[in-house]
Amino acid sequence: MPGKVLNIIVTGVGGQGNVLASQIIATAAVESGYQVSVGETFGASQRGGSVMSHVRVSQEKLGPLIPRGEADFILGFEPLETLRTFREYGSQKTQVIMNVRPNYPLGVLLNEDKYPDIPELTENIRANSERVWALAATDLAVSVGVPVGTNMVMTGAFVGTHILPIGLETYEAVLEGLFTGEILRLNLAAFQAGFKAVS
Amino acid sequence: MSFLSLLVNEPGRQVLMSGNEAITRGAIEAGLSYAASYPGSPTAEIVTNLGRLAKTHELYAEWSVNEKVAIEEAAGASFTGLRSLCVVKHNGLNVALDSLVSISIGGVKAGMVLVVGDDPAAHSSTNEEDSRLISKVAHLPILEPSTPEEAKQMTLAAYTLSERVQLPVTLRCVTRLSHGSGNVTLSLIQPANKKPVFKKEDRFVTHVAFHQAQEIKLAKIREAADTLPFNTYTGPEDAKTIIIASGPSSLYALEAVQALGLAGEVGVLKLGITWPLPEKFLLKHMKHAEKVIFIEEIEPFNEENVMALAAQHMTDIYPIQFFGQHSGHVAGPKGPGLGEMDPDIVKRSIARVMDTGVAEAEAAVATTNAVSAAGVPSAGIPEREMAFCAGCPHRASFWAMKSALALDGRNGVVLGDIGCYSLALRRTGWSLPQTMHAMGSGAGIANGLGKLDMFGFNQPVIAVVGDSTFFHATIPALINARYTSSNFMLVVLDNETTAMTGHQPHPGLNKNAMGEDVQGIAMEDVVRGLNIPVSIHDPYDVKGTVETVYKLLQSEGAKVLILRRVCALLAAKAETRPRVYVNQDQCIGDDCGCNRFCSTTFSCPATIWDPKKGKAVIDEVVCNRCQVCVSLCPQGAIKVEGGDQVAR
Repeated sequence: MPGKVLNIIVTGVGGQGNVLASQIIATAAVESGYQVSVGETFGASQRGGSVMSHVRVSQEKLGPLIPRGEADFILGFEPLETLRTFREYGSQKTQVIMNVRPNYPLGVLLNEDKYPDIPELTENIRANSERVWALAATDLAVSVGVPVGTNMVMTGAFVGTHILPIGLETYEAVLEGLFTGEILRLNLAAFQAGFKAVS
Repeated sequence: MSFLSLLVNEPGRQVLMSGNEAITRGAIEAGLSYAASYPGSPTAEIVTNLGRLAKTHELYAEWSVNEKVAIEEAAGASFTGLRSLCVVKHNGLNVALDSLVSISIGGVKAGMVLVVGDDPAAHSSTNEEDSRLISKVAHLPILEPSTPEEAKQMTLAAYTLSERVQLPVTLRCVTRLSHGSGNVTLSLIQPANKKPVFKKEDRFVTHVAFHQAQEIKLAKIREAADTLPFNTYTGPEDAKTIIIASGPSSLYALEAVQALGLAGEVGVLKLGITWPLPEKFLLKHMKHAEKVIFIEEIEPFNEENVMALAAQHMTDIYPIQFFGQHSGHVAGPKGPGLGEMDPDIVKRSIARVMDTGVAEAEAAVATTNAVSAAGVPSAGIPEREMAFCAGCPHRASFWAMKSALALDGRNGVVLGDIGCYSLALRRTGWSLPQTMHAMGSGAGIANGLGKLDMFGFNQPVIAVVGDSTFFHATIPALINARYTSSNFMLVVLDNETTAMTGHQPHPGLNKNAMGEDVQGIAMEDVVRGLNIPVSIHDPYDVKGTVETVYKLLQSEGAKVLILRRVCALLAAKAETRPRVYVNQDQCIGDDCGCNRFCSTTFSCPATIWDPKKGKAVIDEVVCNRCQVCVSLCPQGAIKVEGGDQVAR
């Protein structure tokens, strides 16, 4: 862990499973003896809006929201949301994993807004951050047979960066507590695919 | 993800819990017997979890028809000696207000805790409201947790306080607490009285004679408030500046003081109980302070109550100056008392009062700058507005109503209501509804509009409600319509669940909060019982729905149309799903003249534009297979293959 506090933001579009990803990371951190504070909203978030979870891992009691410009890590499930979050919370010290698959906002569907060019968007973040992993996470999920497993691929990728000194087995134990049978097997497969893609 | 951790009986063990889970756990550790609620964000998950724990923990949990009934039930259980819980969101407390005020006057017996979820910035609400003002009207003590750990401890303390004075106790939560998560230390699950008796000598009655008793109870709490462990002070004992904060705002204040390098001169006083105030504790610290800054969400509740206390003791604490919403120093981007607090807003507020680091703090809040601190320009970042999910039956229903009203041509009025279909006020529903207020309000307003014909009003009126809202607050309006012969159409968008808050069951369904099979009430039977004509249609059959709506608009009197189709998010879990795709040989792109109808007009998130081929394409990861676009494509280019296909 780079400092006393690790500020992680999981960002994406409602319905992508970001909340589950942040809960898995946070649970693994509590199980490993850290103080964790998570800030998120759900409810309306299912309805296609921007969704952001703040996960703060440290040894002290902290509030649930990360101050602007102080994200150490951004786990972006969608390019536009990654850019939006990076703009507010990122800095030269931020590391980013970004799923490259776009999810078009209504204004883009209505042909009123233009979705940013993804390679250009990636370069923009790369130029202003510490590091960017651009990952075809949804394609990876589809390739291991779990089209809805993008969140597990992304969680696995986060673990693969080893930014938190918590072993793979701790996360796998969290998954084993959440799922059983075939669903567990598929989620583990997606998680491991993400882990390998980054490490 | 702590549902399992709710079950763990290992005192001392630390687990991750959300605020809602921590309250659930606290209630169970306190020996809860009876919980009643109507689902509302941000507190819906409490009774969802209690329902799942009912069997193993010998308790009863219920999704009630509405909050008024829920609070009455919880009071009833308390009267018999069982610890009870009522869970609402801020709007729900408004629904329950009449009963709440009365129950408070008559008093309760066993501990009764009222959990209220306020939603500063309205993340998942129509509005933001500070419910502390309502609890104060009802003479209830208010505890405000700042972390999930504290939420659990306060739930336990609330039961003790409630029993000490026989008043319900409010646990006031905000979204960042309810939906936030953190470390929670488990305690032992206490054995509790689970044998209800309504004693012959007991009376619980609302009467002005008990107002005095209520004031005496509050006075006792005021005495006890000073001894509660939840009020804390962090900072120099003689600090000339103190911050008075409650809830998660107190954590933002502690961080901001550190970040501004003011830890040596500014103290943070966290109020755990915000009504009645811990007066001695406050006065002790206001005595050494010359400046007081208030940080809280949403209204200046602590600010005004503490200022009143200070005015009463001014000779002891003078000189002193107050900074907060009234002075304008504590304000988010939209102004004082609007939206929620965050670490940057709090930092800026303190910086302004202390006149240190202001420029830097101002910059962090102003994220509208053309280029952010991270170096990213704002140009080219389109907003993401909320929209109906792919395949949502409401999209089809609103399209059908829009089409039928256009055919009708009399400038029909659509009245909205509270639920997922509130989104129809946005572009996803072509902004069709012209009003939206409280649960069931559309039907009430329709009653009024439907009587204006004597003044020459001839616009047809459609009120729209969801299935859960139908049971919650619409039936009295229908009775009224039948009684007064009001002229309007009620459209029930029946997606067979309470979708917006996370798919809870309601009285129309065959399951209860504890997962038991029950006999649901068919809403069409309720309507028929009122002798109001009722029709039922599948909104996925768009053409048939347009015809039905049009036909009903031509009839006089009150009528009900139920548009019934299960929520697309529940249907998406089905196994025999067809494939829906665009046959790009048939789609003729911009030559069609439809102006990209499927994406730009119907605007389902799954029908997108393929710029390379200049044709429509369906994003099969997003598509929920409703097949509505199949019947709307003028070229017939959208195809269905295999699985369960919709009849049309």
